[in-house]
Amino acid sequence: MTARLRFARTRTGAVGLALLCLVVGIAVFGPFFAPHAPDAPIGITLTGPTADAPLGTDFLGRDVLSRVLWGGRSVLGLAGLATLLAYVAGATVGLVAGHARSLLDPVLMRGADVLLSFPALLFLLVLVTGVGTSKATLVIGVAVVQAPLVARIVRAATLEQSVRGFVEAAVARGERASAILRREILPNIAGPIAADAPLRFTYSIILVASVNFLGLGLQPPAADWALIISENRSGFVLNPWVIFVPAALIALLTISANLVGDSIARTLGVSVGARGRT
Amino acid sequence: MTELAVPAPAARRRRPLLRFAARRVAAAIATLFVVSILVFAGTEVLPGDAASAVLGKTATPDQLAEMQHLMGLDRPVPKRYLDWLGGLLTGDLGNAASGYAQGGKTPIWDQIKGKIGNSLTLAAITTLLMIPLSLLFGVLAAVHAGRPVDHAVSIASLAVISLPEFIIGSLLILLFFAWLDVLPPVSLIPPGDSPLGHSKALVLPVLTLLGASLAASIRMVRAGMIEALRTDYVQMARLNGFRERVVVWRYALRNALAPSVQVFAQNVQYLVGGIVVTEYLFNYPGLGKELVDAVAIRDVREVQSVAILVAAVYIGLNIVADLLVVLLVPKLRTQE
Repeated sequence: MTARLRFARTRTGAVGLALLCLVVGIAVFGPFFAPHAPDAPIGITLTGPTADAPLGTDFLGRDVLSRVLWGGRSVLGLAGLATLLAYVAGATVGLVAGHARSLLDPVLMRGADVLLSFPALLFLLVLVTGVGTSKATLVIGVAVVQAPLVARIVRAATLEQSVRGFVEAAVARGERASAILRREILPNIAGPIAADAPLRFTYSIILVASVNFLGLGLQPPAADWALIISENRSGFVLNPWVIFVPAALIALLTISANLVGDSIARTLGVSVGARGRT
Repeated sequence: MTELAVPAPAARRRRPLLRFAARRVAAAIATLFVVSILVFAGTEVLPGDAASAVLGKTATPDQLAEMQHLMGLDRPVPKRYLDWLGGLLTGDLGNAASGYAQGGKTPIWDQIKGKIGNSLTLAAITTLLMIPLSLLFGVLAAVHAGRPVDHAVSIASLAVISLPEFIIGSLLILLFFAWLDVLPPVSLIPPGDSPLGHSKALVLPVLTLLGASLAASIRMVRAGMIEALRTDYVQMARLNGFRERVVVWRYALRNALAPSVQVFAQNVQYLVGGIVVTEYLFNYPGLGKELVDAVAIRDVREVQSVAILVAAVYIGLNIVADLLVVLLVPKLRTQE
């Protein structure tokens, strides 16, 4: 086992990783096991569990189990894509700002400050008002919210590395800045990035799911865990499973991702810092 | 928070605290100005859309043009921005789209003024509960660091902090309404009534908001306390024979409090966002629910004005937190 996977040997790390694999497995492979089509009514609305529908039916008479099995891909996909995009943008800005130590640094970081002075969800709501609901809006919006946080972490780590001997040697050799950033600095700041990534992913899931829950992201009849909870809100007395199962799956997903992040941070000895959410 | 790392150059002069406050307020006004440009640009990238949102898809081009004129959308963009900004500065938030739809003008302020109080009530109750509870649990975990009590508190707070508030709220509804049937799932508060008169309707929204914010503060109080308990002066106090309770609450907690104040402020800020989802979930008649409804019908002006109001509160809280920290830790005032 390499040093990178050492976190999986800790108890929280192992539990977190196992749960994460389970939920991701359900989300990715679930559709292959769905007994019914996710958007076809199979009976009367909001019945409890039956032999045909083990988790009952939703407010339109669709099979809850099938919708839940289909509904994880959008959660993982949209949040994953947003996190990836946030890292590409945030890490680029952070590396440039941290290494340049010129006018570029304050300009980029003040930009990040302005973005962080605005509650994340509020930013997404304003964005949706302006350009309408779509998957692209959701992914880009969540990425823009997260990128400044990534940029701050990467910039701090880059600043620390860029005064080290091997970086100065590379500068003295006359290497290009892009080569220095890629070959000398990036490999050495992988630790803080790795500790932060699961946290960012969790936060992306929270934001994507919250916007979907508010009805301002994915639109019906999409099968999505957050949307399933939202559209069946008035039916939980008749069939509690339609709320409980998707809620429990989202909960397991975010908790396990956070457990993994926490144990990576601990094994790498990185301080996790304020885990504030906005 | 980053502002703290850059002490005022004139910190040694007279009234350093006042200068610090003035600098922060000036920076906040500048930030708000930038935010107002971003909000305006972000919501008005598609001109004329606000008018078609009012009229619906069946509107003829003539009707559309008339509505655009009525709503002032036919004026150039910089003029519209300045009119809006000028209105905000004089307390005029503009008119709601629902008013135009009925052929008249409804000031946004009339529509939201009752709801601001409802949201503030929710936030205030949550904050009043959060601070003592997080100090209690945070100190408890820190004093027993590494033992079962600490593990229980730490794991529970890590789990709760990971949850979106609509998940916490949904699970609470399932537990307290669908299963135990003791609390209502919807906050039915008639317009004009104070939420305080409907205490049962407040319980679940407050618990939902408390969940996530409490977990975050407990973790920070614990971390600050563990650090404070390791310091020399705490050792000294112990060696002097003070009772452990006095050492913990009078010596260690005071210094652990400074970083915690920042976290409390962050959490109150977080409440600003969390409150939107919570109000929507419980149908609580507050500003957050109003905002989501405005976004859903694409009432551009109302979204802009409410967004600026919320951003102002958010940034204002940040300043209050920074000032509190400086008041608590005098050395920050004179640090070069």
